[in-house]
Amino acid sequence: MDSLLSEKDRATLHGEHGPAARMAMTVLVRMLPVFGAERFLDITAAHIDSTLFQGDATLEYAERLASLGARVVVPATLNVSGVDEHGWGAWHVPAEWAEKARRQMVAYQSMGCTPTWTCAPYQQSERPRLGQQIAWGESSAVIFANSVLGARTERYPDLLDICAAITGRAPAAGLHLEENRAGQVLFQLRRVPQYVQEDDGFYGVLGHLVGKEAGEAIPVIEGIEAAPTEDQLKALGAAMASSGVVALFHLVGVTPEAPTREAAFQGRSPDRSMDVTMDMLRAARRDLTTAQVESLDLVALGSPHFSLDEFRKLAPLVAGLRRHEDVRFVVTASRAIKALAARMGYMEAIESFGGTVTVDTCILTTPMLSPDVRTVMTNSPKYAYYAPGLLGTQVVFGALEDCVLSAVEGRVIQREGVWCA
Amino acid sequence: MVRMMQGHVLVPGMATGDALVSDEPLSFWGGYDQVTGEIIDRRHPLSGCVAAGRILAIPATRGSSTTTAVLLEAIRRGTAPLALLTARKDTFLTLASIVADELYKRPLPVVALRAEDYAKLKTGQTLRILADGRVIVSF
Repeated sequence: MDSLLSEKDRATLHGEHGPAARMAMTVLVRMLPVFGAERFLDITAAHIDSTLFQGDATLEYAERLASLGARVVVPATLNVSGVDEHGWGAWHVPAEWAEKARRQMVAYQSMGCTPTWTCAPYQQSERPRLGQQIAWGESSAVIFANSVLGARTERYPDLLDICAAITGRAPAAGLHLEENRAGQVLFQLRRVPQYVQEDDGFYGVLGHLVGKEAGEAIPVIEGIEAAPTEDQLKALGAAMASSGVVALFHLVGVTPEAPTREAAFQGRSPDRSMDVTMDMLRAARRDLTTAQVESLDLVALGSPHFSLDEFRKLAPLVAGLRRHEDVRFVVTASRAIKALAARMGYMEAIESFGGTVTVDTCILTTPMLSPDVRTVMTNSPKYAYYAPGLLGTQVVFGALEDCVLSAVEGRVIQREGVWCA
Repeated sequence: MVRMMQGHVLVPGMATGDALVSDEPLSFWGGYDQVTGEIIDRRHPLSGCVAAGRILAIPATRGSSTTTAVLLEAIRRGTAPLALLTARKDTFLTLASIVADELYKRPLPVVALRAEDYAKLKTGQTLRILADGRVIVSF
């Protein structure tokens, strides 16, 4: 296998580009056969999910690389960290956690990465282009880059994304290669009316369902009647990447590699086909809610991170209202988007409503919530999917308007609306 | 009864222990408590089972790319399973074990089985994993 490494790869492996690059290349070379690859290809950008503080091991890994003098050789954005660097004191975060998570942030910054601190880097930094080879971590960002932007990345796990950024190399396998990007399973929307497709929750529900059914396959969805917004595509991908292993989807007539069904399947026929009916969507929507009670402790929005457009929608909804004193209201976003939202004047309404915007991280990746938060309401399918396991809370998945209304009333209000049978 | 299977070694190592088996993929992030070794994905069939000290068999991981970080931390704390058996070459689990080797010299054995062999695993069987990827099942 060694013979298929480039001369530069071998030099890196033998330490000629420093000890950090040697460590990164050693890990990559050991992983090469697991990816089913024989060689590496060049990447031109990276997104680093290794920023998440998960305990001493992730910190020791980052600091080991940093102390060996690691430097990234391609532009590398940073995913959410384990702490809101300047805002954690307002929440339940233990000081020791905050300090270690901050050290991990410092370590990755010292390698020359851009401190974007967001799971939605496509909202702010230069976006990868169609066909560009990249190495991205963060499942919701990976699926967005592959599907919506048409860039090419595998689903890089934490710890490996930084190795790719330090060496500029990634295994030539999987979704980096054109032939592996063809659709495999066809999902056809059957009698799903346009007014349902335009509902705030539709794409999250569809993603939850498709992710579960597709498993590891590449889904192709047909029957979308109205062009989705970027935030809807963000929710669709994040939901699929939570309930399934999906790293690429094609939306016929919408995403760049799927102008037609034939193009999405690269001229092959689907391995299997499945109808998506209203009954299946209703069941998937119910599956995203675990709470049986009306009492509510927290409304959380912004997973993946809230976009400027979502702030633009939220501000008038909360204007002139005030949240119930027993319900906290948090929006998670990047520093850059929060700053833009402030400049656009959206923050006043949110702050006088009693809402907080937490940056750098999210409710799943920093221990910010007190243990008495038992029920969380959200319009994010990703928060809804992970909150029960990661936070031990019950969760209610609802539309943005219902999240606001529930925060005001101090109890869960989940209207059936377009989902009525 | 004893059965022998030949697996594909992803990270070599030996382990002996009781099997904890599922045919559902698992995300360790949001699915595995690195402090206690318990499976905490409330939608997963193994929810509530403790995998620390046992040999965990899942067909593959799914979901979050932070699975590797959670498993690495569990290995550091000693709350990881004794070894991992999968039905596919899983890059996430393998990576965590390789980094544990590079960082702590503590790799976790990871072996991928053929689907028909994997289907014969059951919770409660006693498993012995050998460094060459053979798995001896006692039941």
